[in-house]
Amino acid sequence: MIRFRRRVERQRDGSFVVRLSEDERRLLGSLPAQLSAVVDAEPQDPWLQRLFPTAYPHDPEREEEWRLLMSVDLHDRRRAQLRTLAETAGATTLTEDELLTWSQALNDLRLYLGTRLDLTEETTEADFDDEHDRDLYALYSWLGYLQEEVIEALSGAL
Amino acid sequence: MFAVAPTAPVELERPEVEDVTLADVPWIVIVWNDPINLMSYVTFVFQKLFGYSKRKATALMLDVHEKGRAVVSSGTREEAEVDVFRLHEHGLWATMEKDGTGRGDS
Repeated sequence: MIRFRRRVERQRDGSFVVRLSEDERRLLGSLPAQLSAVVDAEPQDPWLQRLFPTAYPHDPEREEEWRLLMSVDLHDRRRAQLRTLAETAGATTLTEDELLTWSQALNDLRLYLGTRLDLTEETTEADFDDEHDRDLYALYSWLGYLQEEVIEALSGAL
Repeated sequence: MFAVAPTAPVELERPEVEDVTLADVPWIVIVWNDPINLMSYVTFVFQKLFGYSKRKATALMLDVHEKGRAVVSSGTREEAEVDVFRLHEHGLWATMEKDGTGRGDS
């Protein structure tokens, strides 16, 4: 028998080891800038709606006030967490804070891709005729597997 | 229906002169189901942001998943806004409303 080798694992000193191939790291490092570019250039892009949801769906006045007060902060946080993912995509060891940021940035990427692909809870690869969409769905799924491992590693630390 | 976030009761810190008006009715923070967020991630975020136990966080996550929504915290409007912001920061679909108004029930 051999032990299943997790891609993300907590070490005795409290840091986390990340086992990804060079190709995976390059891919992971390239995605945040692409999403940040969409956020900067097209903040009203409907595919971003899950990244910047409504707080007061029944109160347009308060919603507008909320957007004025909070949206800059939320944009800044998003950009910062995506930047951290890009900067640490090549790291073999992460601190707990860095891995927490990974969990959020991976989720940002998944929210964007999932919204763009118009996913439901029943969506499978077979639902996509378009090759580009199939590639995006494969990327979305891979990010999900990685996210699941990140959460499992972090949950052990709670 | 659900326990409030583990913070001190806000009423204790209110100035005595303030009358109990509609403004004191607590606000509730609702998280809605979505087809993208992982169940493990949603449970983890509930534990991390609100200090809930794994059991309570899992129960809330399952409520969101099965009933379409769950109230995850409550408090003053300011407290609810902080919670909504943090939930949005973590990519969860959260909204807020005044308790009892039922706005948003579907």
